[in-house]
Amino acid sequence: MSIRERLSGNEAVATAMKQINPDVVAAFPITPSTEIPQYFSTFVANGAVDTEFVAVESEHSAMSACIGAQAAGARAMTATSANGLSLMWEMIYIASSLRLPIVMSLVNRAVSGPLNIHNDHSDAMGVRDAGWIMLFSENNQEAYDNTLMAHRIAEHKDVMLPLMVCQDGFITSHSIENIELEDDEFVKKFVGTYKPEHYLLNANEPMAVGPLDVQAYLFEHKAQQGEAMKNAKNVILEVSKEFEKLTGRKYGLFEEYKLDDAEVAIVCMNSTAGTTKYVVDALRAKGVKAGLLKVRVFRPFPGEEIAKALSHVKAVAVLDKSDSLNAIGGALFEDVTSSMFVQNVHVPTVNYVYGIGGRDTTADQIESVYSDLLEIAKAGKIDNPYRYLGLRKGDVK
Amino acid sequence: MADEMKKPYNLKEVVANKPSRFTEGHRMCAGCGAPVVGRMVLRALHEEDHAVIANATGCMEVSTFIYPYTAWTDSFIHTAFECAGATCSGAEAAYKSMKKQGKLPQDKNTKFIAFGGDGGTYDIGLQSLSGAMERGHDMTYVCYDNGAYMNTGIQRSSATPKFSDTTTTPAGKVIPGKMQSRKDLTAIMVGHHLPYVAQSIAVGNFKDLYEKSEKAIYTEGPTFLNVLAPCPRGWGYPTDNLMNINKLAIDTCYWPLYEVVDGVYHITYKPAKKLPIEEFLRPQKRFKHMFAPGNEWMIEDFQKEVDRRWQELLDLEEMTNKQK
Repeated sequence: MSIRERLSGNEAVATAMKQINPDVVAAFPITPSTEIPQYFSTFVANGAVDTEFVAVESEHSAMSACIGAQAAGARAMTATSANGLSLMWEMIYIASSLRLPIVMSLVNRAVSGPLNIHNDHSDAMGVRDAGWIMLFSENNQEAYDNTLMAHRIAEHKDVMLPLMVCQDGFITSHSIENIELEDDEFVKKFVGTYKPEHYLLNANEPMAVGPLDVQAYLFEHKAQQGEAMKNAKNVILEVSKEFEKLTGRKYGLFEEYKLDDAEVAIVCMNSTAGTTKYVVDALRAKGVKAGLLKVRVFRPFPGEEIAKALSHVKAVAVLDKSDSLNAIGGALFEDVTSSMFVQNVHVPTVNYVYGIGGRDTTADQIESVYSDLLEIAKAGKIDNPYRYLGLRKGDVK
Repeated sequence: MADEMKKPYNLKEVVANKPSRFTEGHRMCAGCGAPVVGRMVLRALHEEDHAVIANATGCMEVSTFIYPYTAWTDSFIHTAFECAGATCSGAEAAYKSMKKQGKLPQDKNTKFIAFGGDGGTYDIGLQSLSGAMERGHDMTYVCYDNGAYMNTGIQRSSATPKFSDTTTTPAGKVIPGKMQSRKDLTAIMVGHHLPYVAQSIAVGNFKDLYEKSEKAIYTEGPTFLNVLAPCPRGWGYPTDNLMNINKLAIDTCYWPLYEVVDGVYHITYKPAKKLPIEEFLRPQKRFKHMFAPGNEWMIEDFQKEVDRRWQELLDLEEMTNKQK
């Protein structure tokens, strides 16, 4: 039985964590994810969970403690944002290489510098090659649901990889929305208990974790991580299907919003998809065949499926909420376009870097992207494929 | 436990009755002090207890767990250079949580021990160590202090003694080696008000190290051991001279042996005749330039600092025992 509630994105994730009741949570405060360990430590203080909460002295130690805990045989969780994730960076790679299904809530925020506490995706993009499964969430409901599904995906024997659930800092983390929660018993049953095959605390089978892995082995070990990431795609689909059957809430690798007959399409992630849906509806009312592809699963990247889903449109805009500063395009743009190229899908595709440092992205701006796409569709070519959306004119020379 | 501690320690008996938990086959250098420390610390574990060992990146780690071989018979985890403290604290938190929930057998004890060199402890790992100790995890952190970044090729650390010739403080024509005295990490750990902090070394029949290890491991809460572990390559001594160097370190009071139990200092070795510091410095190539004509001031300077720190320790012992 679903329970109707009103919660912020951070509250939604903290609630999911309470219901999951992990063995260990190790976290360090950083805006805008601070509320998650804050709410969670209240659950601990009131005996609502069995968790050992480790209030570490840095994010580097947060991830190190999660690795120690998960390797020891525990289910470990953490939450962070921006510079916190940057400080963890070394350990992020180590967590995935040790095949530890740690689950993290990443409340997306701009990575310094200069210092900015507001939302963009530069933190997540900095770890896109680190071997973590990365799920993005449009709203509070999705942040909650993705968290409920996280352990089932990460801990699957064909996967055994850490997973992060992303949501937009402030935009969803601090906005209170209606949400459907599942009851505690449902979550307990759906998530299940963690039964690691090998773990440090098994005195009957001592094990060694984290070797010096020289030339004769590292290549194969990395390739094994790569295989696990490929396997994750099917596992995500299976778990999402089961979740849909039980809750009625449908999730795939990405969401196609009025895309099947669309002539122009936007590809984006997280909360901007909500704004885009609003614009799509408005344009549809005017007879414009606009559509949206919202990426939920960014790692593993469903390139083949995305290319296929976009193959019939006349122009595509990929919206990147992080500038790769590489003079060629944002990370999502690169992944989408290279997937299209490999799949022999040739649709004019343009990149917009937008919303950097929490710059507001309005419905008008999204509409302007569709206007651009209609022109591109008509002309069949692109003058400048690497653009900014919402950048103040005149300040950049 | 307390009674057991008072029993005379017979190395031969312990060796005969307790299997080594740190086994042969590792790739540590001949004459290195670190494996001796690792082996003796683990020997203090009660045989029926399981251990989870966390190791910072360093000589010890890269020489003892080269995939697919390991020299550790207990559970072992290495993650990175600066986070043995945090990694170990996570494993300990898992143990506490899982035991409380009945997810682990109630009749089996697991002890948590972290090993780090001076680089991974005094320098890059100081924050993680401090955090783990302050949070009160039931674990023992053992620093095997060889006084430089030996694994990467003898670069200075904050544990490197003054005037040492290292690859980043070379004894040159203008600057005669490292110009700063070493950090007193043991004092910093005492400042954390831990139930047990000790400084030790492998000498004689290893009684000092064995007993302090047992106390550290079996004192509830966070405990810290700082153990001097000479490095034949970095210090420049013949490999068979290890035990002699260790003896000189304590007889010159360069490395005092003491423990601090709930804030009360006990100096566990007071040399009958305190030897001049030259005795410790002379057999080591890293101090060779100090013996060049005209550099007598360096030895004097070094001696003064050793004396000052030794006196400070004597004072602390007197003061804390008086308060008691």
